[in-house]
Amino acid sequence: MAKIVGAIVVDEQKCKGCGICVPACPFAVIELSEEVNGKGYHFAYMHYPEGCTGCMNCAIVCPDGVITVYRTKV
Amino acid sequence: MSTITLEDIIKPENLVYKKTELLTDNVMSYCPGCGHGTAHRITMEVIEEFDLEEKTIGIAPVGCSVLAYEFMNIDMIQAAHGRAPAVATGIKRVYPNKIVFSYQGDGDLAAIGTAETIHACNRGERIVIIFINNGIYGMTGGQMAPTTLPGMISSTSPYGRVVESMGNPLKITELVAQLPGTYFVTRQAVHTPAAVRRTKRAIKKAFENQLTNKPGLSFVEIVSNCNSGWKMTPVDSNIWMEENMFPYYPLGDIKVDGELVKQK
Repeated sequence: MAKIVGAIVVDEQKCKGCGICVPACPFAVIELSEEVNGKGYHFAYMHYPEGCTGCMNCAIVCPDGVITVYRTKV
Repeated sequence: MSTITLEDIIKPENLVYKKTELLTDNVMSYCPGCGHGTAHRITMEVIEEFDLEEKTIGIAPVGCSVLAYEFMNIDMIQAAHGRAPAVATGIKRVYPNKIVFSYQGDGDLAAIGTAETIHACNRGERIVIIFINNGIYGMTGGQMAPTTLPGMISSTSPYGRVVESMGNPLKITELVAQLPGTYFVTRQAVHTPAAVRRTKRAIKKAFENQLTNKPGLSFVEIVSNCNSGWKMTPVDSNIWMEENMFPYYPLGDIKVDGELVKQK
């Protein structure tokens, strides 16, 4: 059976760490990192990448448009 | 599944969503979590989907979004405080074939620009107004706005807004819906994926009305958060907005195709 897998790429330097994407993800894939970017923000990253289906919810709510979404069937 | 690596997924042919080219690469000057960025992005996505980037002129307001022209990669004009609908009127009358929209906050549209807003709506100018309502003057430090809720704390109402002495919050969207010049009036939000999708559909309809030269103005209010002004985290401010803003500013269409859909 075909399975849909996805992945996101976060522009770490532009992410402001607001965390809006974290509750928007239906599979709890995203978390804010322990490290900080150049501006001192805890940027978002894929904490549980196996769960990502590429549904784009995080990218749609991201106020800064820093999330790029990829999706494919395997 | 175990054989699939991230490198197999992250390929150009698998790309399903990226920031639109109509937003510049400048880092937006908004606070983390501010709804302005989302509103900018969906507005530009709609313009891109209609392929209107060559013929759209946007009017930036005064307020947090005063630098909208730095982020929107189309022709923009920055108007004097509150006068964006007047500038949009002038441009639309000189260039009737251009698509004109103004992008304004509540301090601009509902406070200093109330007269321009009401008269542009009443004249039925064929423009789109996108109105971001966060119930506070964000840029100047969180002062009370006409749209501030009763009891809401701001830097000029530190014990909460008292209706007896400070007046009632202004529901300008309901107000302009009563005017015969408006064709489409709606109130939306951008705090969840579902709300963003609905708002994008509303903005699309507003631009479609102007493209097909419908008689009247299209007015899209977006209830948004101001986590810095409200002194909350972005996620908490969205929850607060759902619990407090939405009962007073209910979401949904107010006027569609020139007909009121619900009377308040």
